[in-house]
Amino acid sequence: MSLLKVEGLSKHYEGRRGIFDRLTGAKHTVVRAVNEINLTVEKGEILGLIGESGCGKSTLGRAILRLHEPTRGEVTFDGTEVTALDAAALKAMRRRMQIIFQDPYACLNPRRTVAEIVGLPLKLHGLAANDAELREKVAAICAKVGLKPGQIDRYPHQFSGGQRQRIGIARALISHPEFIVCDEPVSALDVSIQAQIIALLLELKREMGLTYLFISHDISVIGYLADRVAVMYLGEIVEMGPVEQILANPRHPYTQSLMSAVPEVDHAGRNKRIRLAGDLPSPLNPPKGCKFHTRCPLAIDACRSQQPGAETVGPGHTAACHRLAENLSLLDETQA
Amino acid sequence: MSLAAETPAASETILRRNLATFTGNRLAMLCALIVVLFVVMAVFAPWIAPHDPNETDLFRRLQPPGWMAGGEWSYVLGCDALGRDILSRIVYGARISIFIGIVVILVATTIGILAGLAAGYLRGWVDMLISRIVDILLGFPYLIFAIGLMAMMGPGLWNIIFALAYKEWVIPARVVRGETLVTRELEYVEAARALGASRGHIMLREILPNVLSPVIVVATIRMAHVIILEASLSFLGLGVQPPTASWGSMVADGRAFMLEAWWVSTFPGLAILFLVLAINVASQGLRDAFDPRFSE
Repeated sequence: MSLLKVEGLSKHYEGRRGIFDRLTGAKHTVVRAVNEINLTVEKGEILGLIGESGCGKSTLGRAILRLHEPTRGEVTFDGTEVTALDAAALKAMRRRMQIIFQDPYACLNPRRTVAEIVGLPLKLHGLAANDAELREKVAAICAKVGLKPGQIDRYPHQFSGGQRQRIGIARALISHPEFIVCDEPVSALDVSIQAQIIALLLELKREMGLTYLFISHDISVIGYLADRVAVMYLGEIVEMGPVEQILANPRHPYTQSLMSAVPEVDHAGRNKRIRLAGDLPSPLNPPKGCKFHTRCPLAIDACRSQQPGAETVGPGHTAACHRLAENLSLLDETQA
Repeated sequence: MSLAAETPAASETILRRNLATFTGNRLAMLCALIVVLFVVMAVFAPWIAPHDPNETDLFRRLQPPGWMAGGEWSYVLGCDALGRDILSRIVYGARISIFIGIVVILVATTIGILAGLAAGYLRGWVDMLISRIVDILLGFPYLIFAIGLMAMMGPGLWNIIFALAYKEWVIPARVVRGETLVTRELEYVEAARALGASRGHIMLREILPNVLSPVIVVATIRMAHVIILEASLSFLGLGVQPPTASWGSMVADGRAFMLEAWWVSTFPGLAILFLVLAINVASQGLRDAFDPRFSE
């Protein structure tokens, strides 16, 4: 059984209707930030979630944790339906599902010391009998993430970005969760620090038996650490499969264009870049049919009217595109 | 990577840095000192005042200050129409001004912080309700309504405090609401929610410490304002009732003799001026130190 199962998960934001709108009967403007997402995460694996800015990656991560209350759909964690839990049960569940944030500057309360920040989960869940035990546990987890025990009474502003990210990781891990949403945990860091944090996350995963949903817009990061990859476009998953498959044999035209954009050191002219025309359409007014058709070089009439469903294209590999059957690949085309 | 090398000394906290900025501002420190002197004067009034502030002596009616012809150095600032020592009355009057200023600001700031946090964090109908009340109260002319309330309730210390605090809380409430709206979206607030923290914990322990700086600054600026309002009410005879000394009523008492005995109104007027000015300048220093965003 999967550790995490997401079925039909949607998060819609309704625009406010003023008096004028109500009088004229204008419809709610709805932003479908996350729309009908289905995915599973197996215990011990890393599912990479990739997509460009504004495609709903972070919203999906937060909706799974009910940090943003989902509009529709179910999230099941280890047999428990998270979306049906009441406040008390949800609080208990939060111990087992945690999140690591993107911005190491915004994610730590500037008025609290490291001991207070990292010790908060223990306090909230009553996991430490007294202050001495709390400090002991905080020092232990801080040592594990690479901070010195003498630093736990300092304030966040006294640390560098990489160290702050370590503090954020310590806070997420101190309650011994099983599942962690990593919301772009390395994108705000220098490349050299990124490597350290990624190595730390992988080491902690092995040591503590963690499962990650790793959100990123960096394909090389995802390619390095993920077991499986889900590609998001405008709030929907367009392709999902094992990482080798997605990297080597992407089937959805959007994934193919993403892969062609990865800079390569070995510039043998293997891939030409597939340039997508236009911008990401506004989620306020998404295109009908396949959401990608406005920018897709392969779009046909069917794409403009019918939404494609996810089809299996390989073992554990699905893609949602009308033109899979033709087996067209932009990468091949540009190679020729 | 050496972890120790890139971290500054552990003793340096944000608060200390702010305080150092404040104490480095000489004018602000001088004004803070003046405010402290006024407070000391108010607290130790019985030991500082040379005479009983309410002792009348008709032989000293409108006696001029010590350095003028007909004056006496033991009544250095002269006497009022009932022969009461003006200096002693100013010393005792400081009690009323400062007490009302502090109590009104404490009450208003406490209410304002709670209302602002609730409106800014809970949003929805709570925000709607609180914000509309704030808007309505802001539409009331402050002094005119205070006068109306005092006329309805009758004079008295606690009535003055109510007449001033009923509206004063909207100012910190608006500041806190605005700051809370920004702060609630920060990731550390989301982190607290992800850890299972309650709304109360998030509002009071995560958000409040981070919105407090501007509130402290606003509270000091507003305290000067409240002191002026109290003096205005007392000037109009709606404040603390005679014979209790209050700067506002002392200015009013001297108004009839402005030409022949200028000292009766002038000295309490100067007391109001100095205290309010000192509080304003000191609060600007606080603002520069604690909330650099607001300084020009």
